[in-house]
Amino acid sequence: MSSTCMKGQTRNPSPRKDVEEVKHASVRLIAGVAGALALVASLVVAAAGTAGNQAQAAAKYPAPKVPNAAAIKSEYGGESITFIGDSVGGSHARDVALAKQFTKDTGIKVKVVPHPAASDASYSQLARVFASKSSSFDVAMIDVVWPGAFAPYLVDLKPKLGKEAKQHAQGIIRNDTIDGKLVAMPWFGDFGILYYRTDLLRKYGYTAPPKTWTQLFAMANKIQTGEQQANDKFYGLVFQGNSYEGLTCDALEWYQSAGAGGFIDNGKVTINNPRGVRILDQFSAQIGKVTPRDVTTYQEGEAHTAFVEGNAAFMRNWPYAYSIGQDPKSSKIVGKFSVTVLPHAAGKSVGTVGGWQLAVNKYSKHVDASIEFVRYMTSAPVQKFNAITNTNVPTIPAVAKDPAVVKANPYLKPEIASVLRVTRPARDLKTHYNEGSKAIYQGINQILNGRPASSVLPSIESKLNRILR
Amino acid sequence: MSTVATPARGPRRRRKATKLKRRQTRLAWVLLVPSLAVVALVALYPLGKTVFQSFTDEEFLALNPASWVGLENYKDLWNDTIFRDSIWTTLKFTVITVSFEFVLGLTIALIVNSSFKGRGLMRAVMLVPWAIPTVVAAQMWKSMLQSNGVISDAGVRLHILSEPHAWIADPSTALAAVCAVDIWKTTPFVALLLLAGLQVIPRDLYEAAEVDGAKPLQQFWKITLPLLWPAIFVTLIFRTLDALRVFDVFYVFFGNRLGTQSMAIYAQSTIVGDGYVGYGAAISMAIFLVIALFVVIYLTSQRVVMR
Repeated sequence: MSSTCMKGQTRNPSPRKDVEEVKHASVRLIAGVAGALALVASLVVAAAGTAGNQAQAAAKYPAPKVPNAAAIKSEYGGESITFIGDSVGGSHARDVALAKQFTKDTGIKVKVVPHPAASDASYSQLARVFASKSSSFDVAMIDVVWPGAFAPYLVDLKPKLGKEAKQHAQGIIRNDTIDGKLVAMPWFGDFGILYYRTDLLRKYGYTAPPKTWTQLFAMANKIQTGEQQANDKFYGLVFQGNSYEGLTCDALEWYQSAGAGGFIDNGKVTINNPRGVRILDQFSAQIGKVTPRDVTTYQEGEAHTAFVEGNAAFMRNWPYAYSIGQDPKSSKIVGKFSVTVLPHAAGKSVGTVGGWQLAVNKYSKHVDASIEFVRYMTSAPVQKFNAITNTNVPTIPAVAKDPAVVKANPYLKPEIASVLRVTRPARDLKTHYNEGSKAIYQGINQILNGRPASSVLPSIESKLNRILR
Repeated sequence: MSTVATPARGPRRRRKATKLKRRQTRLAWVLLVPSLAVVALVALYPLGKTVFQSFTDEEFLALNPASWVGLENYKDLWNDTIFRDSIWTTLKFTVITVSFEFVLGLTIALIVNSSFKGRGLMRAVMLVPWAIPTVVAAQMWKSMLQSNGVISDAGVRLHILSEPHAWIADPSTALAAVCAVDIWKTTPFVALLLLAGLQVIPRDLYEAAEVDGAKPLQQFWKITLPLLWPAIFVTLIFRTLDALRVFDVFYVFFGNRLGTQSMAIYAQSTIVGDGYVGYGAAISMAIFLVIALFVVIYLTSQRVVMR
């Protein structure tokens, strides 16, 4: 493309005298540009100053020490590895704190690189590295729906971490075991929960959070009408409505809780069914009514920002948002909210399984040092640390029952923790999961933006059928 | 670049050329070999590879090797309504942004070309939007264009809007929103290129025109515009090609949303997101053809206008 630009230029007749004059003019212009750039640079520096706050929250509870550190140090000390870690909320600060501790104890240097916040962008990034057989990273966090697609590019952890794997919830270990190889270790689990404002429910005469979606919409409507008189940015409900992976998770909860199935069931595409149409149209009717109109552009970050700034009565989100809501530095609603299971329609309450695993790149030049890092990061003490400082759901059941962990994570109360967990159709879509999920979230985003569900679902259905064929 | 042009015209002159000239031409070629090799490596090789891939079913994470599928990808592409939508979206975006940027940029260039106090400062300040990285600017605008953002707020307070509007979420205003950001960001660049063109026009032409009694508007049509054509063409070609390849603003604003994808977004999400390298290569070739078409149109019309 650039070669065509050049052609365009050379055909412009430009006598030499003019060129000289242009040079003088451009020197002045370059000076101007430099001035403008300096201005921008100072703006960027000013914005970066606010990032350090969350690191302090983690400081109250120190990162656990690495067991057996001396032996690891003598074997792998001085090696350095790159870790593609988390970026949502305070999670990067958590990664940095743990990596620092690991380096201090073992002498293995860890470079922590946060991944893109949108998980589909993160998938692309990893796929690109694998496809080029690059060793540019050693350890990466991978989503619960990716082991099937990435398995051929990951190190089998069973020989070295098989014993540790037995401590974790076996459902996740099965998810991470592909063709007999343990390609990833569970790091933290996730499931969708409902956040609600206890103070506002009381103010508007409600004694309990909503049980059904219809109740939720009614409550959201009433609270919003009242609150908007003082705060015109206030809305009843926020969730993840953008055209991205998060919407597939949210919509799966709507579907399963309405008895409309899980998009693909027993190898058959079931997304286009009357119950599905009804629940989608029901949600679509709420857009701009009890939700902000642009909830169809919201990802997790926009949703939790609206909620912790006191601009929403209800929010669907993952457990990580709990610690942000409790942090007085970022939240205006400390002590004014609680969590419960998501509402339901014709079915039962459910939560979409999220969660992240740690995996080691097959092309890494430091496989053994990387495995030691994974061993540490997925150990019980670190899971406890993550749960208490960053409200991450432990994947080791013993840690999830620890009283200190339950105290910091109210959603681990038995009645919430026992909610039915539903999984996205990753097993059916296999290496084409991303494409299938894209068909689902793009279509549902169109429905939320005003297209009738009955006109969009057939095209999602045919796309999914084409992938499965 | 003018050195590149010389050997290209060589064959025509060679017959009349002296021995010395011929030797110089040969030397020029020898000196050019390294840079031609670099061009071949960084431009021709990837282009050739893309052409080749577009005839295969190569996939990103597939374990079995890619196989030759002939025109299969192009047949699919012909029936691909999402791609057709993305072409229309990109064309609309290009026409709207380039025409606004050109008119505004020319106006600004004419203003800052005239002499007034604080002209230097003005020239520096007007470049600020262009100097901000696009992704950063797009994020800023994204939050300003939310229904609870500054723009809706100001609109309601000034009674221009009856209620807050979600500019990006609403499909009917989404394209306008993304165009506005691009116009805001790139108008300074257009003004800069045109200003460079204006400063090359000799002052004495205007003095002579004044002596002959030409009015300012006549001066603009008879002197400024004809002498500015070369700069205008460069500017328009640059901007059009850039707009046709637009990616970053669309990516920040809409991600993967249907109905608001540019051609580049669709190619990226097909190759990197879905992993269809072969099909994605065919999309890239189609984009290449669309852009090439515009280059041909520009170069032809340039020859007509400049004659």
